[in-house]
Amino acid sequence: MTATVGNVEPLRGRNGAMGQRVRLRVWRGSGDEGELRDYEVEAEEGEVVLDLLHRLQATHCPDLAVRWNCKAGKCGSCSAEVNGRPRLTCMTRMSLFDPEETVTVTPMRTFPVIKDLVCDVSYNYVKAREVPGFTPPAGVEPGQYRMWQRDVERSQEFRKCIECFLCQDTCHVIRDHEENKEAFSGPRFLMRVAELEMHPLDDYDGDRAEEARGEHGLGLCNITKCCTEVCPEHIRITDNALIPLKERLADRRYDPIPWLFRRRG
Amino acid sequence: MAETERHDYDVVVVGAGGAGLRAAIEARERGMRTAVLCKSLFGKAHTVMAEGGIAAAMGNVNAGDDWRVHFRDTMRGGKFLNNWRMAELHALEAPQRVWELETYGALFDRTPDGRVSQRNFGGHEYPRLAHVGDRTGLELIRTLQQRIVSLQQRDHAEHGDYEAGLRVFAEFTVTDLLREGDRMAGVVGYWRESGRFAVLRAPAVVLATGGIGKSFKVTSNSWEYTGDGHALALRAGARLINMEFVQFHPTGMVWPPSVKGILVTESVRGDGGVLRDAHGRRFMFDYVPEVFKESYADSPEEADRWYTDPDRNRRPPELLPRDEVARAINNEVKEGRGSPHGGVYLDVASRLSTEEILRRLPSMHHQFKELADVDITAQSMEVGPTCHYVMGGVEVDPDSAASAVPGLFAAGEVAGGMHGSNRLGGNSLSDLLVFGRRAGIGAAEYVVGLVRRPEVSAGEVDEAVHTALEPFDAAGVRGGENPYALHAELQQVMNRLVGIIRDGGEMCSALEQLTEIRQRAVRMTVPEGNRQFNPGWHLALDVRNMLLVSECVAAAALRRTESRGGHTREDHPRMDPNWRNRLLSCVLRGGELELSEQPQEPMRPDLMRLFSREELEKYFTAEELGVLGEPSRKR
Ligand SMILES: Cc1cc2nc3c(=O)[nH]c(=O)nc-3n(C[C@H](O)[C@H](O)[C@H](O)COP(=O)(O)OP(=O)(O)OC[C@H]3O[C@@H](n4cnc5c(N)ncnc54)[C@H](O)[C@@H]3O)c2cc1C
Ligand code: SF4
Ligand code: SF4
Ligand code: FES
Repeated sequence: MTATVGNVEPLRGRNGAMGQRVRLRVWRGSGDEGELRDYEVEAEEGEVVLDLLHRLQATHCPDLAVRWNCKAGKCGSCSAEVNGRPRLTCMTRMSLFDPEETVTVTPMRTFPVIKDLVCDVSYNYVKAREVPGFTPPAGVEPGQYRMWQRDVERSQEFRKCIECFLCQDTCHVIRDHEENKEAFSGPRFLMRVAELEMHPLDDYDGDRAEEARGEHGLGLCNITKCCTEVCPEHIRITDNALIPLKERLADRRYDPIPWLFRRRG
Repeated sequence: MAETERHDYDVVVVGAGGAGLRAAIEARERGMRTAVLCKSLFGKAHTVMAEGGIAAAMGNVNAGDDWRVHFRDTMRGGKFLNNWRMAELHALEAPQRVWELETYGALFDRTPDGRVSQRNFGGHEYPRLAHVGDRTGLELIRTLQQRIVSLQQRDHAEHGDYEAGLRVFAEFTVTDLLREGDRMAGVVGYWRESGRFAVLRAPAVVLATGGIGKSFKVTSNSWEYTGDGHALALRAGARLINMEFVQFHPTGMVWPPSVKGILVTESVRGDGGVLRDAHGRRFMFDYVPEVFKESYADSPEEADRWYTDPDRNRRPPELLPRDEVARAINNEVKEGRGSPHGGVYLDVASRLSTEEILRRLPSMHHQFKELADVDITAQSMEVGPTCHYVMGGVEVDPDSAASAVPGLFAAGEVAGGMHGSNRLGGNSLSDLLVFGRRAGIGAAEYVVGLVRRPEVSAGEVDEAVHTALEPFDAAGVRGGENPYALHAELQQVMNRLVGIIRDGGEMCSALEQLTEIRQRAVRMTVPEGNRQFNPGWHLALDVRNMLLVSECVAAAALRRTESRGGHTREDHPRMDPNWRNRLLSCVLRGGELELSEQPQEPMRPDLMRLFSREELEKYFTAEELGVLGEPSRKR
């Protein structure tokens, strides 16, 4: 047999090398019906919560529904709540927990459950569609765009967003207030407005900051910063996106002239 | 199935990665009612994971770059097996495709004079990869996603309906392509959420389903990469070419076990990182092959000077094409100079300041810190080869992306030819945009030219649905096979026997084992649960595709008795010019795979003349070089 690097077998728990049994409590069920179920599963050194969910699928419950893609914190698919805290399951190491502790995994609370850990996140896609897109500057040909690194950096920070929707999940404005979903787009999409507002070449002829207030419910945000705390990309959502948007609005209100002009859009 | 949901479209795009989204944008802009289908949520396709950048000869950092240089690098990287027309179109059009992304709102990193910045990468002569830190794929997919939303907003303003002209079917898996006679008539698939089936009738279908990496145990690829598009195309009568060429990326994580295979971007090397053995030695200098001796440094001193003075020094050998670097690492480990967990060391800590590392490689820093407890600003990474990309795919017309089946198009990783025997880093993202757009045009023009729309036959739909539900019928039957277990076996076989270094005997045994698994796969059952979001069932369907595609890879790899690019034979270690112009192609006849050889179209003489005769002599037969005339005429 040809020796290749890829051939080295990962150490399996049952070899006794480094495996240990851990207790998981996982939400099982669909729609409004379901329950927390307890499982015992092998864990190996270095594993993350998602690894254990996969092992559960392969050994205990083949129909356990979870979303994932990259397993490296890049796609934002595997969001759930681990011991009540919104997290990417693929980036949550088991070593974070006490070996004796039962680790509880539940679906994001802010969105309706479809099955097990999979939620209906369509709210986010609806909100995304309500933010008018980038408007290219008239008269600038493709290839002629000139922007300075220091100017693009502000929006680039927001474009690191992997759309895991954990900030949406955690924001108290909608977490336990279904009724606010209509008026409030959540930190992710308020930040999208800020990103476009700060894009050096956006030629949009409406007033993005005003739309953040009027269409997306910026006023409902009372800058608790919970969204920033859970963001796996460490984007400073509140300080760098939400507060500056609020400030822009406040500035404008003291200055009636641009305000009048902007009304036309 | 009487109650199957039905839709009508002009163009159906299967896949919402870079290729699919770009195709959909183009088709919509040409007035087509378009649907985009994907297995995951919108914006999560594999493209999101691309890190290093997108290759385009814009010449922003080194003005010496132009499409000819890019074309030459691409052909060299693919060891001249590439479809040269695709490589030409790709090199010519990539810059426009990158600039176009800026008009959609993309924000690439900038040069000091405000243009799109470009970085070095393996096999590219000049700094050529447009990038955003090490999250370029995220920028690409988000930009295209947002462009789709903009188009939907336009439709909303006009028709009061966001989805009037362009709709995304997320978490919808296509199980079969439908035909009338030999033409495309639509697709059938199921909603993951409910397990219910739907038929989309459409005269044109664009496959943009990505790759096949999940057939291998150690891979950088996600669960989506089960070769669905490859298998769908085969079953619909299209031809796959170059399936023996599978790229093993040299640097995947090797520890801890649960992250084995996850990619470590080539930008680490592009930006100065070097490979070392267990004794700290930079071993790549020992592995510069004859064909590349002229352009790669033979000492660390020269290699280090290249970063600041690329005109008077040769490139560091860490930046050789991926196949070369992967084989070198494999050999170091085999000869006992590897790291504790069976890899080698990738060191950027001693080469760049902490600040630079954090700025240029933020997500690598994060990835290692979170997943391996390694701080890459202070410690070396342990890395080893991982299955990354398939060069083989649906044979298409280079200009229109049309397959041999009327109405069926393919673009992106699922299409074959462009990258020859080995793809250069950064050339995939550009490929997605160039050929995604062309597939959109091809599909739109095909639809406009139609006299009559093909009909979907109810019988064919029923049969497809019936087949897809078989794993449920088998539930509870004795001797039922567990899809998770079969999948694991398949991955072992491919990794062990059809992996980075291959051997005739091993591949024969692989083919036997695949046949055996295939026989057992007929008895796959859904072990538990109903049709609602049931990963066990989904996997059972995916395993069938993986088996078919794996058989193509193994059969073609056994037939090609030479080593070239992503195909290395221990029993045939040489590259053979007589194999360069022969492609291996797979078709399905009566349910059985048929492998045949077909000649490669000779390269246009004006493109041949972009290379020196000395260089061409390393790849081409004397007879082929005859078109260039007298040996004295070099360029
Ligand atoms: C970790 C990593 C890093 C990379 N970095 C780079 C880089 O820096 N530069 C570069 O050029 N390349 C890079 N690549 C390669 C590149 O990212 C991929 O080749 C490319 O993104 C493939 O794009 P695609 O559009 O063909 O398919 P994908 O983006 O994979 O999309 C495939 C789509 O098809 C859908 N699909 C598949 N099957 C079905 C089905 N049956 N029914 C419905 N939908 C289906 C999927 O859901 C998905 O939406 C990298 C790859 C990896 C894995
Ligand atoms: S800062 Fe605002 S958006 Fe963020 S969690 Fe608090 S209220 Fe919600
Ligand atoms: S801002 Fe952060 S938490 Fe919110 S969706 Fe984006 S990545 Fe997730
Ligand atoms: S699987 Fe992609 S972020 Fe977790």
